[in-house]
Amino acid sequence: MKSKKWYDFFWIWSILFFSLGFFNILFAWLGLFDFMLPLIFAIAGGNKWFCNNMCGRGQLFSLLGSKCSRNKIAPRWMYSKWFRAAFLIFFMTMFGIMIFQTYLVFRGASDVGAAVKLLWTFSVPWEWAYTPGLFDGWVYQFSFGFYSLMLTSTLIGLLVMVLYRPRTWCTFCPMGTMTQGICRIKNR
Amino acid sequence: MSKKARADKEICVACGVCVRACPRSAISVFKGCYATVDDESCVGCRLCEKSCPAGAVRVEVQANEK
Ligand code: SF4
Ligand code: SF4
Ligand code: SF4
Repeated sequence: MKSKKWYDFFWIWSILFFSLGFFNILFAWLGLFDFMLPLIFAIAGGNKWFCNNMCGRGQLFSLLGSKCSRNKIAPRWMYSKWFRAAFLIFFMTMFGIMIFQTYLVFRGASDVGAAVKLLWTFSVPWEWAYTPGLFDGWVYQFSFGFYSLMLTSTLIGLLVMVLYRPRTWCTFCPMGTMTQGICRIKNR
Repeated sequence: MSKKARADKEICVACGVCVRACPRSAISVFKGCYATVDDESCVGCRLCEKSCPAGAVRVEVQANEK
């Protein structure tokens, strides 16, 4: 066993993130760290240090997957270039729609939807975590949208963790695809 | 002839799971692009192969390399 480093405990952050958002959706904003840091490492450092060392979600999958995973390599298409690219495009489109909804609320053209949308389909009521009045509506709308995105991707990740290998999610994780792409361009 | 790990650059997603699995620190992710193996340190234990979610790393017999 290798000795544990300070950054080996970010899996706790992963759980904390979802727990905090369960009580107050505004905590969803903290998830932006998981979005910005990998990109900063890739763009500034030309590496995947985030994925390789400190991604809490990856650590969580490794940890849980060591107990409950069939540990079979996923079907070839799941880590093929085209599927990774397609999933990235799909994910970024969904991200764009989420930003647009935030914009609509910002413009007053739409009300805050106090619900978490799972798998872009199932709306789960989440009013208890909604504390309107502290900030403008769009701040909440973004929170719900971003939290939905994070929860949805974690659920997909957990599913493929059980079905295939613990870190199968990482083979098509949009952040992973994006950062590897940036590194490839940078180090050409 | 000896058994060494080899990662397929085209398939590797540079996730670094193999790096964490390797007991000899023989495998590393090269500039965020793909995994590379240091033959001096690799003992062919297959721990990387068993952990790789993309099946990108294989331990193979290296026929008398240079
Ligand atoms: S591929 Fe995604 S989930 Fe996996 S370590 Fe990287 S950012 Fe985390
Ligand atoms: S675990 Fe597999 S996909 Fe991930 S860096 Fe190692 S060889 Fe590449
Ligand atoms: S075969 Fe064993 S020693 Fe060689 S790179 Fe893989 S985990 Fe490390």
